[in-house]
Parts: sequence; C-alpha cells; structure tokens
Amino acid sequence: MATSYRFAASLRRASLTSRAPARFQKLRPASQVRWTGNTSATSEPHQPDNKGTVKGAPAPAKAVKFTSETYPELQRNSKFTNLTQEHVDWFKNLLGSESAVIDGLSKDASADIEPFNSDWMRKYRGHAKLVVKPQSTEEVSKILKYCNENMLAVVPQGGNTGLVGGSVPVFDEIVINLAKMDKIRSFDQVSGILVADAGVILEVADNYLAEKKHIFPLDLGAKGSCQIGGNVATNAGGLRLLRYGSLHGNVLGIEAVLPDGTIVDDLSKLRKNNTGYDIKQLFIGGEGTIGIITAISILCPQRSEAVNVAYFGLESYDKAQEAFREAKKYLGEILSAFEMMDGRSQNLFKKASGKKLPLEEEHPFYCLIETSGSNTDHDSEKLQNFLEHVMESGIVSDGVLAQDQTQIGELWGCREGVPEHLGHWGGVYKYDLSIPISEMYDLVNATRERLTKAGLVGDDESHPAVDVVGYGHMGDANLHLNVPVRRYDKAVEKELEPFVYEWVQKRNGSISAEHGLGIAKKPFIGYSRNGTFLKLMKQIKDLYDPNGIMNPYKYI
Amino acid sequence: MSGLRILVPVKRVIDYAVKPRVNRTQTGVDTNVKHSMNPFDELSIEEAVRLRERKTPVQEILAFSAGPAKSADIIRTAMAMGADRGIHVQCNEGEELEPLGVAKLLKKVVEGEKSDLVILGKQSIDDDAAQTGQMLAGLLGWSQATQASKVQIEGDSVTVVREVDGGVETLKAKLPMVITTDLRLNEPRYASLPNIMKAKKKPLEKKTLKDYGLDTAPRLKTVKVTEPPARKGGVKVDDVDGMISKLKELGAL
Ligand SMILES: Cc1cc2nc3c(=O)[nH]c(=O)nc-3n(C[C@H](O)[C@H](O)[C@H](O)COP(=O)(O)OP(=O)(O)OC[C@H]3O[C@@H](n4cnc5c(N)ncnc54)[C@H](O)[C@@H]3O)c2cc1C
Repeated sequence: MATSYRFAASLRRASLTSRAPARFQKLRPASQVRWTGNTSATSEPHQPDNKGTVKGAPAPAKAVKFTSETYPELQRNSKFTNLTQEHVDWFKNLLGSESAVIDGLSKDASADIEPFNSDWMRKYRGHAKLVVKPQSTEEVSKILKYCNENMLAVVPQGGNTGLVGGSVPVFDEIVINLAKMDKIRSFDQVSGILVADAGVILEVADNYLAEKKHIFPLDLGAKGSCQIGGNVATNAGGLRLLRYGSLHGNVLGIEAVLPDGTIVDDLSKLRKNNTGYDIKQLFIGGEGTIGIITAISILCPQRSEAVNVAYFGLESYDKAQEAFREAKKYLGEILSAFEMMDGRSQNLFKKASGKKLPLEEEHPFYCLIETSGSNTDHDSEKLQNFLEHVMESGIVSDGVLAQDQTQIGELWGCREGVPEHLGHWGGVYKYDLSIPISEMYDLVNATRERLTKAGLVGDDESHPAVDVVGYGHMGDANLHLNVPVRRYDKAVEKELEPFVYEWVQKRNGSISAEHGLGIAKKPFIGYSRNGTFLKLMKQIKDLYDPNGIMNPYKYI
Repeated sequence: MSGLRILVPVKRVIDYAVKPRVNRTQTGVDTNVKHSMNPFDELSIEEAVRLRERKTPVQEILAFSAGPAKSADIIRTAMAMGADRGIHVQCNEGEELEPLGVAKLLKKVVEGEKSDLVILGKQSIDDDAAQTGQMLAGLLGWSQATQASKVQIEGDSVTVVREVDGGVETLKAKLPMVITTDLRLNEPRYASLPNIMKAKKKPLEKKTLKDYGLDTAPRLKTVKVTEPPARKGGVKVDDVDGMISKLKELGAL
C-alpha cells in the first residue's frame, strides 16, 4: 500500500509542474520587482522557483502603484457621481447577502477590496470603494440601469487575469464581478453546444465537458482562474486556436446587458443565422466597454481520444517554417498545435526551472507539435510518416515523441513554463504581436541587436537585460517577444518603444494579437488601426454607452 | 562471460495520468482509454540501457510483453529506448494472466533465451499486485533484490541498494538474478525520433500462450468492482475555537 502511494505522490509532483502549472492557475503571483516603468509592455512578475519559493519578499497589493500615479495624464472624469452611502444601501438592498457587496465606503474594507482593485501582474491598481457580485442577469440589469441613471462608472470583472489592465478600475469605478454567476445552463450532446453563465471558470467548464467527451475550444495558462465571460470579452486566443478557430466563430450566442439595463437575449444555438448585423461580435473582444456579458452559448468540439506530442530541435527559423508547412501537409486535420520556442528561451527556462530539456544537444530553435484525432492508429501512422519525412529530409535536427501522458505534460511544460520562468531574474517586458510568419523572428533579432548595441544586454548584473527571446503560437503567426530583465530600466524602455510598434506597423502586423488593449496599449492603438476605424469604434461606443459609464479610461 | 543477457518484461497499462472508471457491468474498469508502458517498466528498460552505457558488458537486452495486440506498441517503445529485440506473447480476450501465470511464462522465456538477469518493475500500476518478480525468483531459484534504487554489476557480482522503510539496504548477490525497480532508480529517457525509426527495424517475435504449453488458468475471481464512496465536502471554520468545537461535535475530541 505504502509503496503505491509513494509512487503516486512522486509522479503527481511531476505532472503538477508540467502542463499549465497548478500554482500558476490558482494563485496570484507575488512580484519581486515593483513595476515602476511607464511602458505599455505587459509584465510577468517574479514567479516561485522549482522549489516553490519566491526570492525576495512578496509585494503586498498595497505596494502596487496606483494607475492614476503611473499615468498622471489620466484625470477622473468629473461627470461621474461620487459614491454615497445612499448608493451603497441601494446595492445592499438589491443584492441582499453579505458576500454579494463589499462595502469600502462605510467601513475600511481595503484588505477585502484590494484583490479586485489590483491586477494579476501587480502593475495596475485602482481606488474602487465598492464591489458588487450579482447572481442573475436581472440583477446585472438593475445594477447597470441604476448606475447609468446615477452616472456611476463601472468596471466589469471576470477572473481578473487580463494582461492589459482592463479588468481593474482606474479611479473609483464600481467593480461588477461576475464570479457568482457560475451556473452551467445546458449542454446538448448531439450538437455540442454549451450554454453557461459568464462567470463559469474556464477549467470548470472544460472539466464538465470532458465528462461528456467534449472540449472547450479554448485553453490557456490562466484557465484555473479566468472566466468564460472574460475570455469572450477579451476574445482570448490561446493554445487551441490553430485547431478550433477563434471565439468569433465558436461563440454562437450571447446574453448581455447594456448600460441602460436592456437585456440583449441572443443565446442562439444556431450555427447559421444570417439575419442582419451580427451584433454579438461587438461584445467578443470588446473588453467590457459597451455592456456586460452574462451568458454565452458556444460550440464545443468532440474531445480527441488520441493526442500525441512531439518536440523538435531545428537549426534555423527557416527550418521551423518548413516544418510548419510540412506539418500542415502531412497532418492536416489532426494538427492541433504548432508552437515555436527559440533556443535562448529554452535555455533560460532550463536555467530558471532547473529542469532537463528533452533533447541532449542544444539547438537554435525548438518546435512543439500536438496532434489530436479520433483514431489512435490512423493518427500514429500519419505522425510516423511526418516524423520520418522531417528527420530524413533534414528539416528537423533531432526530436522526441511523448510515449505517455506524463511525457506529454513534460513536453508541454517546456513551452508553457517559458513565460513563468523568464521572470526568474526579476521581471520581463512582454509584447504579444501578430507578424507575417516569414518575418516573425526578424523582430527578435532586430530588438536584440538594438539592446546589444546600447550595451543593455549581458550576462552580469551591470546589464539590466538578461536576453531578448521569442516564442509563440507559430501556427497563428503570433509572436511573444520577451525581454527578461534584472530590473525595470528606463534605458531599456526607450530602446523598446516605439521601436517595436513601428516595426510591427511597417509590416501591417498587430500590436496586440491576443491580450487586447485595456489601458496598457491605449496610446498605441494607432499603430494597428487607422483614423477611420477609430472613428467607427467611437460611434459604436457612443451608441450603446452614451453616458460612457462602461469601463472608462480604457482604450476607448 | 560474453556479456549479460538481460530480460526486461514490460506491460501495457492504463496511462498513469488517466483516472480509471468502473465499467457498467462492475466487472472491472473501463479500458477504452489511453494506455502506455507501466512506469516502473520504463525504469527497468532505462536501467538495462544504462548498464550497457556504463560499459557493463551487455550482450543483449530483450523486451518481453504478454498481452493484447496493442502491447506490441509498448515493446516498440522499449526498443526505441534501447532494447535490442522483442518478444510479444499475444493474449486474447479471456486469456488475461495473473502474476503466477506471468512468472511461469517468464521462467520459460529465461530458460529459452538463456537470460542471466531479469529486471522488472516492482509492480504494475493497474493491478498493484507486486508479486511477479518475487515469484519468478522463487520458480527459478535465483537471488532477488526488490525495490532497487541503485544497481551496480562487476563481473558476476551484483550490488543493489534498495529502499526500505526509513532508509536503504545494500544487498550483494551473484548472477543470475532478479531485480525489481523502484522510482528513484533513474529517470527514463524520451524516445528520440531517430531511435523510434531504428526501433521499427528491430526484430519483434510474435508468440502465443500455446507455444509455451503452460497452465495459466486464473485462480482468482473478481467478485465486483465499485467506485470508492465519494468524499464529502469539508467545512471551513473561522478560527481555532471554531475548529475545536467542530471536532468536539464530531466526537473526535
Ligand atoms: C497565465 C496567463 C496566461 C494567459 N494566456 C493567454 C493566452 O494564451 N491567450 C490569450 O488570449 N490570453 C491569455 N491571457 C490573458 C487573457 O486575456 C485572460 O487570461 C482571460 O481571457 C481573461 O479572462 P478573465 O475572466 O480573467 O477576465 P478579466 O481579466 O477579469 O477581464 C478582462 C477584460 O474583460 C472584461 N470583462 C470580463 N468579464 C466580462 C463580462 N462578463 N462582460 C463584459 N466584459 C467583461 C473586463 O472588463 C476586462 O476588460 C493569459 C493570462 C494569464 C494570467
């Protein structure tokens, strides 16, 4: 008996640190280096090392700088009413239960409110005095109607894992948190359509679907905390996009509440519905600026029985592109992920995590591919043919194929653990960009050259930057440009911006592929959207939210 | 001696990461799920390959599995990790083997192949019987060292460090010998692509139980398989006093 427990415990430990590390999903990180900079780069704060310890004292939420101090040019809009006791009493009266209202006005509740005021990266912090947690669409409707009539600004909040500061207030906006709307409403085994409240946690939804042999068409590192409503509001991309497509296609319907309290009931379960403007698309990726999503209906594919993962070493970025092309040719419909990591990011991952890399020798580039299909034998045959082809033709220098689920987890860990472990030296400047695939890695080289020339990158303490690395969802032409640093440094920031944005603009790329705009990318939206577009967006905003109470001070 | 002839039995089991579920008829668990090599057997293969890499004279590493047709995949994995060839005894539905049956079969293989070292997992994670290695050593009349965390071979003398409660024990014995592996013995390697390709060309011999003419009829009967009772949800107490009164309420104090 004892032996089998011992066995289970030690293997479980291995799987915990692999795919989507568990501590990553549930815990807020403690940051070591305080975010002081003014850049729009998102940051990944210092993470626990492989023994689970964090070097340096964790920064308490209160040490996070107020957004209003970081961005002194932002002023509280005086058209918004200041919160009074009368307002708070109205909310308490509506929502009843103690836990549904966190009242920081009539008493000091700062410890309770802090988690809703500051974001996941510990970079943004607001001054909200009130958090409300409605339990039904009707309650959301009454809340918004009341706020709209009384000119009270609000921030819709899901799991608060957003990476651009969109999910927390800037001044005293009321936080409307969806956590209590967490019911799965229905699931149809035949069509695969799930209807659920916006506040259902992504992992909960996916586990529910797994029981029914289906899969949520989205997966990302924050799945243990983020909510499906938040995912839709940010149009999150994640690891399964290559296979299942974007939420713009998979979300079939939305139930949302407009600022005036109107409930937009469009929980369609139809795949085809060409009856005029597809208004729900405005909520997908709208980042909570025109209304609150209260429920979604989404098309969920059958869960694949047969999953395989291989990990390659390649001699150049060109070879990685060739491998991607061949993967599409040989694996077609079963290819479910194609991720690229440069050798530098894998090296730093190895150093920071203390883990062994799957391949003995070092390679300039690595790729991870995943296949998912319905028939193990068919998939294996396709995969074998592909692997033989890329090995024999020299596209791939070396590689491994996972033989069991634990190895699948370990190989994924080499990709998913990268963002986390790059924070080991103190902090990371992160850019999430869409760039034509052929030029994707050029930006990493160009940025590294720039920082090297400026004498900012090096192996010892005197250099602020540790390295310049690139990795990302190659299958989606989505690059994560990361600059791990020992300390946030103005000189580094000056080299990075606007250089990176201009570079991307010249190639008609996107300055924010997945993570949205929020407050972080607000000043840079012009690099990806022209004046006409901005005007159209503003018209829509004014139409649905004439008083501007929805998530003010953010990108629009 | 011209080098060791190592036999490594491997078993195809429900993947460690899959949560087994009781089947509808309550006769066993649902087997229509992902399978892989028993993790302890990966350690056995790895150790055999490392012995060779450490320049212990090894003439041959033979991977062996008795089980359904798909067990051949597991043998291929073993060969990709470094085994030289494989034998697959195909068992059809209703021919499932119990530990004694496997031990008898392995004895025949040892005799036929003139093996002088058998490295087995200390248990397979499906049945958790942890008996095969010991039974095999008994049937052969060989020395055995179970739960090995370190193996060293010099000439025909074998030193095995094994894990026991509260510490380790070092055993010394002469070949031929049976060793069973424990978790801390090594860290199994990945099957690399070039080796997976080479493994395809390595010989894999197919046999049936009949070829060995053994009585492997089961002696055990599974009466019924049921899920363990679901865990009841816990309660959260506010402070130490709350905990003490709760424990008293439950009669634990
Ligand atoms: C470790 C980690 C990994 C990540 N990986 C990826 C990735 O691979 N791909 C990717 O695209 N993103 C990724 N992200 C960022 C991603 O955008 C968020 O994790 C997630 O989609 C946001 O969900 P949430 O419930 O936490 O929303 P929040 O952070 O609470 O909110 C995000 C935005 O949506 C709005 N919002 C939230 N809920 C609603 C609602 N019900 N109605 C209207 N508006 C709402 C908020 O106002 C805010 O503007 C990652 C984040 C982390 C921390």
